[in-house]
Amino acid sequence: MPRISRRQLLRTGLAAGAMLTATQCSPKTAEAPLGTPNNPSTGPQINTNQIKDVTLRFIGTGVSQINEIRDKAQADLGFKLDMRALSTEENNQIAITQPGQYDVFDGEYFSLPLVVPSGNLQPVDVSKIKDFDKIVSIFTTGKFEGAKVEASQGTAPYRVMYLKDKDAKEFATEPTDWATLIPFQYNADTLGYRPDLVGKKIESWAELFDPAFKGKTSLLDIPSIGIMDAAMVAEASGLLTFGDKGNMTREEIDKITALLIEQKKAGQFRAFWKTFDESVNLMSSGEVVLQSMWSPAVTAVKAKGIKCVYAPLKEGYRAWGGGIGLSKNLSGIQLDAAYEYMNWLLDGWVGAFLGRQGYYSAIPDNAKKFMKPAEWDFWYEGKPAAEDMVDPFGKTLEKKGALRDGGSFKERMGNVVVWNSTMKEQVYLVQKWNEFIAA
Amino acid sequence: MHKAWKTVQPYLLATPQTLIFLLFLVFPIAMIVIVSFWQFNGYAMVPAFTLDNYVSIFTSKVSVATYVNTFKYVFLVWFFSLALAFPVAYFLAFHIHNQRLQIILFLVCTVPFWTSNIIRMISWIPVLGKEGLVNQLLMGLQLTQQPVEFFLYSDFAVVLGMVHLYTFFMIAPIFNSLMRIDRRLITAAVDMGASGFQTLKEVILPLSAPGIAIGSIFIVTLVMGEFVTVRLMGGGQSASVGKLISTQIGSLQYPLAAANAVILLAVTLILVMAILRVVDIRQEL
Repeated sequence: MPRISRRQLLRTGLAAGAMLTATQCSPKTAEAPLGTPNNPSTGPQINTNQIKDVTLRFIGTGVSQINEIRDKAQADLGFKLDMRALSTEENNQIAITQPGQYDVFDGEYFSLPLVVPSGNLQPVDVSKIKDFDKIVSIFTTGKFEGAKVEASQGTAPYRVMYLKDKDAKEFATEPTDWATLIPFQYNADTLGYRPDLVGKKIESWAELFDPAFKGKTSLLDIPSIGIMDAAMVAEASGLLTFGDKGNMTREEIDKITALLIEQKKAGQFRAFWKTFDESVNLMSSGEVVLQSMWSPAVTAVKAKGIKCVYAPLKEGYRAWGGGIGLSKNLSGIQLDAAYEYMNWLLDGWVGAFLGRQGYYSAIPDNAKKFMKPAEWDFWYEGKPAAEDMVDPFGKTLEKKGALRDGGSFKERMGNVVVWNSTMKEQVYLVQKWNEFIAA
Repeated sequence: MHKAWKTVQPYLLATPQTLIFLLFLVFPIAMIVIVSFWQFNGYAMVPAFTLDNYVSIFTSKVSVATYVNTFKYVFLVWFFSLALAFPVAYFLAFHIHNQRLQIILFLVCTVPFWTSNIIRMISWIPVLGKEGLVNQLLMGLQLTQQPVEFFLYSDFAVVLGMVHLYTFFMIAPIFNSLMRIDRRLITAAVDMGASGFQTLKEVILPLSAPGIAIGSIFIVTLVMGEFVTVRLMGGGQSASVGKLISTQIGSLQYPLAAANAVILLAVTLILVMAILRVVDIRQEL
């Protein structure tokens, strides 16, 4: 080993330090011209193009913090976006504990019972949203052509959509002028399975507890979501009934976790997953043949050339919805920019972009303008693909002639029976869920 | 004047480090201790003084079971790391006489650290999985008919993963103490008629004890707080205190997580102190 003497090291270190000091502390010789961002002029001035200097900081989950969306928005709107992709948990943590870190919160509706009481979001003035009345009625009125979804349980977006007034931290039960989030994407989740390894059609949530799949199933380890899937399974297999799956009592939580522990001890589960890629790995490696899954994860397994079905189940779907909200710190031109972004978001380009991955847009009619008729027919109408379906990143997802699992938009969203949920007994639930995972 | 300067000088020299120490170690720990007595109402922490967090930990069967499970991991990982590390270090120190080769081989031991923790864990899946290499081999050799499932997503996998990760922290200090042993002692032992095993037992082992102690401290502290390996290799099925804390933080239950962290810290300190009681490591420092 070459030996460096202490003196040599000291000398080099001191020289480097001196150089740093000299370069960092010396006066800037070349000063930016007066009136530019690096050297703002001190006098009053009228800047008609101020919005160019705005940067909106986003926090959100990987689902929508996508570079292509950011680039398109920057090109169309003329200001900058700074996106941060986080897990649902981190996203909530930052939204609640560090309001100074973001301007726009891109989150899920079921997080709102936690985020809104923190007072870190300012209500969205509905009158400034151009197409607000065109948003799917599931969000704005809770009605949907008399379909099952109208009676759905859990934190249905409609229940947390409005605030009582501008300064309220309480949700309003009827539409008001003040919205919590502006929705832009949502989906109906269900179980995914490997038809080659399962050997039959999966049509009920109950199959997750079928002893035939012992040691080959998985559930997601995010308490607020996993518990809903577990409740669907328990109810479907006739083991338990709930007053309201989306808002369980302590006894109900005790019963469902006891049931889960029993199943775990009997060796029903192979693993539990927390992130998107874990669920993809479990499925594609054949460790698991049937599990709770998210739509793009099923797509990712398919993209590897492995057959995977997103099962339409007779009991209905568990859904989620995402939207964007405003930080309480936003004001002035920044706030105007955020409203411009919201209007742009609903305009359809993003809806079409996300639609090509299987998500639904808040205003399907706007998204339709940006989709090819074949794409619209496949993703929204449930018709066979008239050509190969390509995702926004250029990957072929479905071959010509394929059908979307679960059918049309109406069939899928209309059949939602529960939404991801934050219950009144959330703290207790997390405690019991930990017991289940540790058991 | 000169005398006063002499008295003050050591204190001044120690000041920067003391400040850093207070700011980045003592202050955060103090904050954790304080928060562990706060209340939590579902979405926010409330400054208060309550023992509820501690009471709920000590009265919960699950937390006790989780601690016991964590100790199990600590013991198993410590045992297997030592069983692997001692022969490796011994071989490096006493059987490789070329110094260049010694250094190269020592660096080879660090190979597992060249890529990220998560990648290393995920790469076990194609090896240990149901359709993995090991199972294909066993089934190909007709040793089993069904894939062996306990290879992955089990305590076996967790311990394997951690041994893979942490054995180096045992090798390095043991190698270091073995290198410091005066070779004349071994010659003397041989001259006195000691067999190879006797030399190992009476001379080498006692003299390498401080290295083993330092390695053990590394292993204990690392495994006690471990949560990534436990989650990925255990498939979310296995529990450890670190994982419990990470789940609690994930659900925003900071006070409860803080209380667990305080207990974890205390338990780890007790274990480290116990090791220091048994072996005097000062000669190594």
